[in-house]
Amino acid sequence: MTDRGTPKWRRRAALGLAVAAGLGLAAPARAQLEERLVIITSFSKDVTEPYAKAFMAAHPGVKVEILNRNTTAGVAYVRETRSNPPDVFWASAPDAFEVLKKGKLLEAYKPAAPGIAEKVGTFPINDPEGFFFGFAASGYGIMYNTRYVKANELPTPKEWADLKKPVYFGHIGISAPSRSGTTHLTVENILQAQGWEKGWATLLEIGGNLVQVSDRSFGVPDAVNSGQYGLGIVIDFFGLSAKASGFPVEFVYPGETAIVPANVGIIAGAKNPKAARAFIEFLLSDAGQKILLDPKISRLPVKPAMYANAPAGYPNPFKDTALGSRVSFDSLLSEGRYELVNSLYDRLVTFRLKELNAAWKAIHTAEAALAKKANAEGAKLVVEARRLASTVPINEADANNKDIAGAFQPVSKDKKPGQRQAEFEERWDAHAKKNYAEAKALADKAAAMAK
Amino acid sequence: MVALEAPLAARRVGLLRRWGVSPAQLALAVLIVAFLTAFLIVPVSRVMVAAFEGPTGFTLVHFGDFFRTSLFLESFFNSLYVAVGAVVLASLLAVPCAYFLARFDFKGAGLIQALGVVPLVMPPFVGAVAMQLIFGRNGTVNLLLNDWFGFRIPFMEGLNGVIFVEALHYFPFILLNLSASLANIDSSMEESAQNLGARGWTLFRRIVFPLAMPGYVAGAALVFVKVFDDLGTPLLLSQTNLLAPQAYLRITSVGLNDPMGYVISAILVAFSLMAMAASGLITRGRDYATQQRGGGGLARRPLVGWRKTVAWSFIILVVVLSLSPHVGILLLSFATVWSFSPLPDAFTIKHYATVFADSAHMMGNTLLYCGLAATIDVVLGVSIAYLVARTRLPGRRLLDGLVMASLAVPGLVLGIGILRTYYGVELPGGVPLATFWGMLVIGYAIRRLPYALRACDAALKQVHESLEEAAENLGAGKLTALRRIVVPLITGGMLAGFVTSFATAAVELSETLLLVTRDVDAPISYGIYVYMQSPAGRGPGAALGVIAVIVVALGAWFSHRIAERERLRRGRGGTA
Repeated sequence: MTDRGTPKWRRRAALGLAVAAGLGLAAPARAQLEERLVIITSFSKDVTEPYAKAFMAAHPGVKVEILNRNTTAGVAYVRETRSNPPDVFWASAPDAFEVLKKGKLLEAYKPAAPGIAEKVGTFPINDPEGFFFGFAASGYGIMYNTRYVKANELPTPKEWADLKKPVYFGHIGISAPSRSGTTHLTVENILQAQGWEKGWATLLEIGGNLVQVSDRSFGVPDAVNSGQYGLGIVIDFFGLSAKASGFPVEFVYPGETAIVPANVGIIAGAKNPKAARAFIEFLLSDAGQKILLDPKISRLPVKPAMYANAPAGYPNPFKDTALGSRVSFDSLLSEGRYELVNSLYDRLVTFRLKELNAAWKAIHTAEAALAKKANAEGAKLVVEARRLASTVPINEADANNKDIAGAFQPVSKDKKPGQRQAEFEERWDAHAKKNYAEAKALADKAAAMAK
Repeated sequence: MVALEAPLAARRVGLLRRWGVSPAQLALAVLIVAFLTAFLIVPVSRVMVAAFEGPTGFTLVHFGDFFRTSLFLESFFNSLYVAVGAVVLASLLAVPCAYFLARFDFKGAGLIQALGVVPLVMPPFVGAVAMQLIFGRNGTVNLLLNDWFGFRIPFMEGLNGVIFVEALHYFPFILLNLSASLANIDSSMEESAQNLGARGWTLFRRIVFPLAMPGYVAGAALVFVKVFDDLGTPLLLSQTNLLAPQAYLRITSVGLNDPMGYVISAILVAFSLMAMAASGLITRGRDYATQQRGGGGLARRPLVGWRKTVAWSFIILVVVLSLSPHVGILLLSFATVWSFSPLPDAFTIKHYATVFADSAHMMGNTLLYCGLAATIDVVLGVSIAYLVARTRLPGRRLLDGLVMASLAVPGLVLGIGILRTYYGVELPGGVPLATFWGMLVIGYAIRRLPYALRACDAALKQVHESLEEAAENLGAGKLTALRRIVVPLITGGMLAGFVTSFATAAVELSETLLLVTRDVDAPISYGIYVYMQSPAGRGPGAALGVIAVIVVALGAWFSHRIAERERLRRGRGGTA
């Protein structure tokens, strides 16, 4: 009450300066950091809390503020707050970082932390132009509910190809690639590994068995954890952390998995750039990488040396050559057709799931009947039904064609007016509806012949 | 100068007279329009403009594409089917309940009314998980059915599953509005009919229900539009081939610049407006107002014999059905692990400990934000309903329509619009206006204003203008008459509006996710979101969900108490 003349904040600021100056003498590197660090992230509390705590312990004087957003809301937020943005964007989805980078919303940086690998599998860990950096790796795989699998007498899945089997009909969930950057990479990975036509055939045949195409990534592990369906195509830490939290689930990596980095980047115009850089360095330091091994987090460090401390059986993509290295991932190819592949998957699977299910159910039934009682003509019909239910309506050359893929990208001034997204989508939707209906009719006919 | 001003002033007065407004009413109208322009029209237009942008500027080609895309047309008819189905099923649940409550003496009527609000409180994510754990294909009900009888009921599959869940979720709109209307019927009407020999079903069909029509239509119209525009339930059931999810999936794709999403939103808005206009036609040209204010509501009778059994069985059935998800949330909040089994493996209270340690401040925030938002809604709702019903201001129906249009505005669109419009505006102290917590209150209020408006409008339809005229003859001004005569007569409708706005705002997520920037400002729904992103957070998330439900149920129970006290004060009491 005595020095009412000085506003409180000024007294505090003066004190802060004094403290900062004092620290400056003791630890010059740390004293330069700002007092705040605003991080926008899609990660759960299980991930953000240990990091915020550890970072604040390592850099006393910096207050970390975490803004939880789903990826969409996060991107929208960064875009709309350009005048006074948060400092760090921290999320899994590589596509979100691509969008931010294209919108010139990220700031380039070169992390100094030593010992970080260049690539995980065949996937480069950092953005080649230095706008965002991988701090952890994750691979896609199959998560299953052990109680569900036992009660429904299902075999344990091991490979993507297993998911095509009729026994899994109505037991599998996935999130739509258009809704989940990591599912997108899995789809693209299958397409690159098996080739465009064969890859789509696999995706559509698995699609026939799907019970749900979720609109959010976490919807799939949520449903498997509850036992609503038995198998989910998910990213590893969803499975591993659910298991660590006590749910009766298991997780397997198939051979052809994509191991992809989860990322962090500095937002352009960040108000606390030094703290932001320090946070990235912290994520990549030994202390930061070690936190990833926490069972509730369960992500793969990008610093190969860290696996020495990992518990036995912890997946190591740098040593275990089966993980993620079989496919040589072409990210330029992937980037060019990103939106197109998403839209195509939605037309062929997400929005026509009912029809796709019906077609494959009929094919499975017909094949089972034919296996009991052979019928040459019926077998021919089933082959045709299979072809119809697994054909993609656009060939690879067209999909990679800049003008066609461009129709799915945002409106811009220099875009040539050509065919519109809506026109392609209508054609693909019609293709899916017609083909699936015909496939079902043929398979039903074949089944009748085998009676 | 004086000579010039006089005719001008006279002309002004002439205009006011032609519009049938007093200067105070005109000022009120201007204020409301300014508020809606600032926080609804401008922000939403700034986002929706994407629907009209082509490579070379303005274009309508995207609207053409909408009608050329068979998936969208299919989605449109699916949405229509679901909305109509939900209105029918919700009416079957709500109308008997409202009638029993208004007609008979019930022990615990207040409790039932409070429970009647709870279905509206479906906390984000937790509600979905609990719903699946109870009614899903491997939920409690189906696991037991399958064990005992070897079959399952697809409650949550296909379009009919959407109808089932939506009806359970939104039937309170009808229950609340119809109850308010029934409570406003003058019992002398009923007595006259009885004197003429009408009994039972005839009495209900010819007298009671027609007089309560404004409330029913208000509720049913809300259910229709809300279900038509809803995306939570369809996404929960993975039914993507409906209009609202089609719009949502496109708007929320990571790039955020697909014009088709905004086109679909614009079409949703237009169709919702048409539906509201059509519902207006049902009650237009009829007079529901009664002049006497002697008896508050129907004469209540004691409930005896088989009627009692039937009434109680029905009400219990509705309560059990509609509260099962909430029981699910309760179980989940005490569960260790609950997976592929009828009940959780074991119980614990540690989730509540976590929540109270981490997130206690969120409860206060929710109460504050939602209470303020619901208050704004009721004030605006009464004012707009009053201006529409009692003046001839040009464009007053447009104002009504504009408010209703906000039902079809996705939260994300309003959130982005508010950020875009107000992030650059700084409050003293340097906080951007867009991320000041008051903006969250306004955002909640804008999207829930339709509930309050319909409720107040329905109540006002039952008040005869002659009551205000009498007050004015005694010397009261327009606003005094509004405050002293109209408002006390429509308390029931206002409370129904308050409760629906409050309950739905308590679980709002999409705006919240954009506008909350500091943990200390976060409401419960944000806390639930944060927890529900990891398997370990399921229990604490559910615990917060339970707290949200309790907060709303208490709010509803208190409002019911106030309404009942008002009824007793005005009328001749519960027993006649």
